[in-house]
Amino acid sequence: MSAGNINLKLKIWRQSGMRAVGAFADYQISVSPDSSILEMLDDLNNDLEKQGKDPVVFESDCREGICGTCGLVINGHPHGPKPKIATCQLHMRHFNEGDTVWIEPFRAKAFPVIKDLMVDREGFDKIMHAGGYVSINTGGVPDANEIPIPKDVASTAMDAAECIGCGACVAACKNASAMLFVSAKVSQYSVLPQGQPEKYERVQKMVKVMDELGFGSCTNTYACEAECPKGISVKNIARLNRDFIMSKIKSNTTEIEV
Amino acid sequence: MGWLAESLNSSIGKKFIMAVTGLSLISFLLIHLIGNFTLYGGPEAFNGYVETLEIVKPVIRVIELVLALIFILHIFNGIKLWYENKKARPDTYAVDSKKENTTFSSRTMIISGSIVFIFLVLHLATFWVAFNFSGDTHEKAMVYYSVVLEWFQEGWYAGFYVIAVLLLGFHLNHGFQSAFQTFGWNHKKYFPFIKKLGTIYAILMAVGFASIPIYFFINGGN
Amino acid sequence: MAILDSKVPEGNIAEKWTNHKFNMKLINPANKRKYDIIVVGTGLAGASAVASLAELGYNVKAFTFHDSARRAHSIAAQGGINAAKNYQNDGDSIYRLFYDTVKGGDFRAREANVYRLAEVSNNIIDQCVAQGVPFARDYGGLLDNRSFGGAQVSRTFYARGQTGQQLLLGAYSALNRQVAKKKVELFTRKEMVELVVIDGVAKGIITRDLVTGELNRHTAHAVILATGGYSNVFFLSTNAMNCNTTAIWRAHKKGAYFANPCFTQIHPTCLPLHGEGQSKLALMSESLRNDGRIWVSKKKNDMRDPNQIPEEERDYYLERKYPSFGNLSPRDISSRSAKEVVDEGRGAKGQDAVYLDFKDAINRLGKKNIEEKYGNLFEIYETITGENPYQVPMKIYPAPHYTMGGLWVDYNLMSNLPGLFVLGEANFSDHGANRLGASALMQGLADGYFVIPYTIGNYLAADKPTLVPTDHEEFAKDEAAVKNQVDKLLSINGTKTVDDLHKKLGRIMWDKIGMGRNEKGLKEAIEEIRELKKVFWKDVKVVGNSDGVNQTLERAGRVIDYLELGELMALDALDRNESCGGHFREEYQTPEGEALRDDENFSHVTAWEHKGDSAWESHIEPLNFEYVKLATRSYK
Repeated sequence: MSAGNINLKLKIWRQSGMRAVGAFADYQISVSPDSSILEMLDDLNNDLEKQGKDPVVFESDCREGICGTCGLVINGHPHGPKPKIATCQLHMRHFNEGDTVWIEPFRAKAFPVIKDLMVDREGFDKIMHAGGYVSINTGGVPDANEIPIPKDVASTAMDAAECIGCGACVAACKNASAMLFVSAKVSQYSVLPQGQPEKYERVQKMVKVMDELGFGSCTNTYACEAECPKGISVKNIARLNRDFIMSKIKSNTTEIEV
Repeated sequence: MGWLAESLNSSIGKKFIMAVTGLSLISFLLIHLIGNFTLYGGPEAFNGYVETLEIVKPVIRVIELVLALIFILHIFNGIKLWYENKKARPDTYAVDSKKENTTFSSRTMIISGSIVFIFLVLHLATFWVAFNFSGDTHEKAMVYYSVVLEWFQEGWYAGFYVIAVLLLGFHLNHGFQSAFQTFGWNHKKYFPFIKKLGTIYAILMAVGFASIPIYFFINGGN
Repeated sequence: MAILDSKVPEGNIAEKWTNHKFNMKLINPANKRKYDIIVVGTGLAGASAVASLAELGYNVKAFTFHDSARRAHSIAAQGGINAAKNYQNDGDSIYRLFYDTVKGGDFRAREANVYRLAEVSNNIIDQCVAQGVPFARDYGGLLDNRSFGGAQVSRTFYARGQTGQQLLLGAYSALNRQVAKKKVELFTRKEMVELVVIDGVAKGIITRDLVTGELNRHTAHAVILATGGYSNVFFLSTNAMNCNTTAIWRAHKKGAYFANPCFTQIHPTCLPLHGEGQSKLALMSESLRNDGRIWVSKKKNDMRDPNQIPEEERDYYLERKYPSFGNLSPRDISSRSAKEVVDEGRGAKGQDAVYLDFKDAINRLGKKNIEEKYGNLFEIYETITGENPYQVPMKIYPAPHYTMGGLWVDYNLMSNLPGLFVLGEANFSDHGANRLGASALMQGLADGYFVIPYTIGNYLAADKPTLVPTDHEEFAKDEAAVKNQVDKLLSINGTKTVDDLHKKLGRIMWDKIGMGRNEKGLKEAIEEIRELKKVFWKDVKVVGNSDGVNQTLERAGRVIDYLELGELMALDALDRNESCGGHFREEYQTPEGEALRDDENFSHVTAWEHKGDSAWESHIEPLNFEYVKLATRSYK
């Protein structure tokens, strides 16, 4: 207990395996307000290990808010109550002495819990495999400046491309819908000239796989946008809807194979 | 037509159906409300209005059929979506933040929709059945207004009517802008306007429909 | 000691790669599908290699310990990627990029590799744009550039402050396309724990499934490691939590030479340590030094608030020592100067930190202007520290950031073990003793997109398309050894946690093999690390078991390798009796305190061969500078 530390009560979801029944466990911790919430969990784990107890399993990597690995639901908010940050960027100075902090995993049928706070987000990759690319090979491409792209178009594409693939949108959505994630990728390619040749095929393939994986559908509550650590806009979802409807009307393809 | 069925059965397809049927019903509501306002004109005005509709009965029947189909599609699809979405998120959070990141209207669509549906059944059973299937035409012509008057003087009925149309207002508040989002018409310049328009429309509908039972309940038709 | 053959082709430097591409053997398209290639790591180098090789028709097995191929630490690179496009008409050229890189690396890189890197840099930009990477653009719709340290031209392409992310997502998308085509088999949450070498040739790997704990054998005609650098040997670095040396270290123990392990880069503008519980150090973009002024108090142990220290009591030490470059002095020099003033006891409020002050810039340009330029970075700073940099000077301190050293590779990016190729930060080849900003992304993608697809064909063409079966005795032996190690780790049940031991190692590394090194300290470090290694094997506590998720066990395996690598880094630093780039030996400096290179005796790469526990033999690859004349760097 060093000076300036705050004392918190933690309620952390513990679940020993995918099929196991989970429950909340209580922990008491004294933490520096300068620590991030993940550093607090590091601390807790170090103590648990010393006692020979199983540490809390959670995922993180870059701890700079860009890799998208970390993702905890803290007091009901994916990535915590502060807007536009990832879990790793949430510092303990935003909590007060004596607070109770609830820490839960992302919850969605398509994101099964592997252990404790670690979930399986492979679904996102499967959607990407279905069409999250421009079909070109290495080499044989034109000079970079042969494709002029208006600054605002590049900027719109970049706004969408900032998605870190963390899954907070799914976690926040009452329907566990993956629309914000899918729409961000679809939008990036939909507005850029490089994405045009496969525009319609791509959106159909990605939506098809998204549906098959058991994500819910979008009911436009916009919780995803509110909780997204990168502030990805639901305008992308509108664009996805538009592209999807137009693709169904216009494209010659009658059967989508993924 | 396999592609069409597949398209409409996709998550976006289902949303598309909700949006198309929803907007159709929204338009119907406006016409319905304008018709209802003839009640304020007294028995003659209202009975006259209903009489006029009687003249073009075959057309009305077709419209009713289409409307019924739209209702059924909207309701059936809505329930299906709700059920599937529930399955997509089987576990809930111990602490829920939905109040902070969603609007009341948007997260209660199934509740407002269900109550409006129950209301609809009651509404049809009371007014629609009475208007269409009670005795011969001549006799009926005199009673439309009094049927309405009678029911609206029943406190529980008027109360339920008011609650239902208020919930309808919430339903519309989300549904209106949501339909445009589903069509992909979310534009930086126009969407804020659509959202406001939806809210104004929802308020107008709720207040408009609710005013009638309140008026009759308080005034007793005098 | 042997002299290593780098297999650099003959001829003029500008024609070497072109000629080499023509002279290399090819495999006809129908035969390529008879070859299997393992790629470990899916960062920029790995993902780009996976995609390009699969496009050519090879069967690729890609491995990552992440849950997705999109998470590698390449994603965190902020600034940009260099290319010699000369879009700005400011005199850039392939030759200039080559020259700047060799000079920036303090003349310890292989000229031919660097030239090739500069040559293919332009193709990288073309490739990424075609993939849909949303690079920043000017109003005319063409690509925008910014300038970066160590260059006098604007050649850095960028996508906001997320260039690494966008480039990685581009490579990841190309990889995804090949997964969809079934040319790539993607293995996520699988950590490579052993390289399988049969008759001196790399033939496969053993992986551990991080969810089930299962060990698996994978066989192939060639193995490519693209597993990044080893800055986490310092415990605290700007690297991601899971970055580790295990893949290359275990390959090293199987015979691959480790080159220049002591060449590490310490980045000057990182956030200082806040306390014991800190898990990593955050990088603040170097661009802040364009307008921020770096200073400390002239007095020792000055505990006053920075705003209460009057102007005349402040020491703007970089401006004082390097008047012409001032606050924009290169990374190694800025870092060392910060350490000096902190060692003198003049750190900010007694901490290991110096001030980066925007007061003058705000007065000169206005707050709005500063906000436009750095608003985003200021926000990040405030998120992490809780202090408002518009009002209080930022506190910064250097932190380990990149490792120039890595497995030794020849011109074809093949290690001394036939069949083992090493790409990106994991190899040693292109940056010499110091890497320039915006060059890491360039190297990773150059290796993956444009070098390995050619050179691996040349190797495979000489190999028969038969695979070693995974029930071969070497596979069995290696798997058993891994299992033994895991069992041993779990059975010690001592008193010290893996993190505590890693932190101890980090402290030794930072104090004695960090920014300043000397013979005494290095010798002590070797002893201390050996001691710590003994403590580890006697007293580590790894809870849980091996058949399921066990993150402590994962870390324990990595820390063992760091302990061994740390010793080799100290040995290499001790062996290199000169100062160059990021390697600063205090005994070898000019009277002004600058790095003093010894080109006569150390113009070479030192590649270490593992000879058993704490035993290494050094081999030499001489470096010849035919095109860039050896000169002393000066930033006065």
